[in-house]
Amino acid sequence: MPWRGLPALAPFLWLAAFFLFPFVLVAKLSMSDIALAIPPYAPRLDLSRGLNGLVAFVHGLDFDAYRHMFEDGVYAASYLSSLKFAAIGTGSLLLVGYPMAYGMARCPPGVRQALLMMVVLPFWTSFLIRIYAWIAILKPEGLLNAVLGWLGLPPVALMDNDPAVIIGLVYAYLPFMVLPLYSVLERQDESLLEAAADLGCTRIETFWRVTFPLSLPGLAAGALLCFIPMVGEFVIPDLLGGSSTLMLGKTIWTEFFANRDWPAASAVAIILLATLIAPILIYQRQQSKLMDTP
Amino acid sequence: MKRGPSTFNIAAIALGMAFLYLPILLLVVFSFNASKLVTVWGGFSTRWYGALFQDQQMLDAIGVTLRVGTVSATIATVLGTLAALALTRVGGFRGRLLFSGMIYAPLVMPEVILGLSLLLLFVAVGAPRGIWTVTASHATMTLCYAAVVIQARLASFDRSLEEAARDLGRTPFQAFFEVTLPNIAPAVAAAWMLAFTLSLDDLVIASFTSGPGSTTLPMRIYSQVRLGVNPEINAVSTLLIGLVATGVIAAYLIQQRQRATTDRV
Repeated sequence: MPWRGLPALAPFLWLAAFFLFPFVLVAKLSMSDIALAIPPYAPRLDLSRGLNGLVAFVHGLDFDAYRHMFEDGVYAASYLSSLKFAAIGTGSLLLVGYPMAYGMARCPPGVRQALLMMVVLPFWTSFLIRIYAWIAILKPEGLLNAVLGWLGLPPVALMDNDPAVIIGLVYAYLPFMVLPLYSVLERQDESLLEAAADLGCTRIETFWRVTFPLSLPGLAAGALLCFIPMVGEFVIPDLLGGSSTLMLGKTIWTEFFANRDWPAASAVAIILLATLIAPILIYQRQQSKLMDTP
Repeated sequence: MKRGPSTFNIAAIALGMAFLYLPILLLVVFSFNASKLVTVWGGFSTRWYGALFQDQQMLDAIGVTLRVGTVSATIATVLGTLAALALTRVGGFRGRLLFSGMIYAPLVMPEVILGLSLLLLFVAVGAPRGIWTVTASHATMTLCYAAVVIQARLASFDRSLEEAARDLGRTPFQAFFEVTLPNIAPAVAAAWMLAFTLSLDDLVIASFTSGPGSTTLPMRIYSQVRLGVNPEINAVSTLLIGLVATGVIAAYLIQQRQRATTDRV
């Protein structure tokens, strides 16, 4: 049947137009120069001049935006700091999420369903609002310091700085870490644990030698699902981080909205994309495998 | 795993849940605070809700958000259903790899990249930025989530039912509408709700693709939040959380009941 792919046509065309093609435009713009015009960049493709227009356009493209990025240390710092935040965030999420997922998997089935529902629910409520909720808690005269003061403890500075960003990242992405971990832990065959016990493993040994290695696919899925979007995170560093907190998502936003430097914003976006393409492809392969073999 | 949870397990769950819910709970509680200060409880009051309904800009933003959400979720669900059908039903077709790539990539793609690229598209084709550009952008982002939700349901759906309908002389089109669609309806409904809430929540893509007169609720909230904590924002957040939580819990209960019915059959 030659028409088997027919249902795919409409979504295919939609995604090609609104997802794939725009990336070509981002790549093109990253090689353009900033200009005092609307839209604020040059050269512009003038097809009314035919082939000459195209030639002039191609000659106008250069790598100035990229060169500028390599020369200005702020971009490199922002790049490294994004990766650092995402790595620390993912590590912290594992420490918080694993015990939760493990505990959930060991609950009776009825309780499990309810707990699962409770983990998913915050994911549905607005990201922005959930981050906003932390401002009232973390700010210097906020609720956390009020409680600490009431307990007679010294106040902590956890607002507008890097630790606040980590708290925000862990909070916002926790469901994405718990769900894949839970789904592998829940399916684990209990007879394996019994076998390990029969062979003389203590409970801790059984965990490290059986349960943990078997949960690695879920761990990898959760880590990718959190790490990739975290690298480009904007809302969390913007609201909870300080002026010294550098992250690529924030850099793109500032270049675009504050500096109106569209080519620079595009160049940062291309570099971010180039960094994330490998993890995205790994994640994709994992997803298709998971979906194709139910 | 049949072994019951240990004390350590229960503590981990309790602490995790407290971490997830305490900030939201505090936000809701302080939306009823009579005082303008976040840390001082000045007695119970609904004055911030009153102020909210006087705030014309906020009401306009809510209107824009609801319109964008409804239309974009509908487009996303229709396209997502088609995409899910293609992914589950059709083994290999030309461009399948690219297609599944385009479905899964937006799920993890940082929103700033999606927002920027969509904006450049609208500038390049000369589309005036406004409510329609936000709607198309949201449909693009959410169609992938819709496809994944529906695909999961289609994977467990018994294909022989559809084949039986075909053997009885139905066209593929009729078979889809009479047999397949009623069967996957809960997933389609869930996909629509997910798409709607994602659209309701989005700040980054909307900021890039909206124009004058199409400020969405998250954009409005964001511009207020940048000025500091404000009880009116707590009030609108509480309403939003209440709306979404009611929808999600209702959907969960419906699904539970349906599962119970199918289990009995």
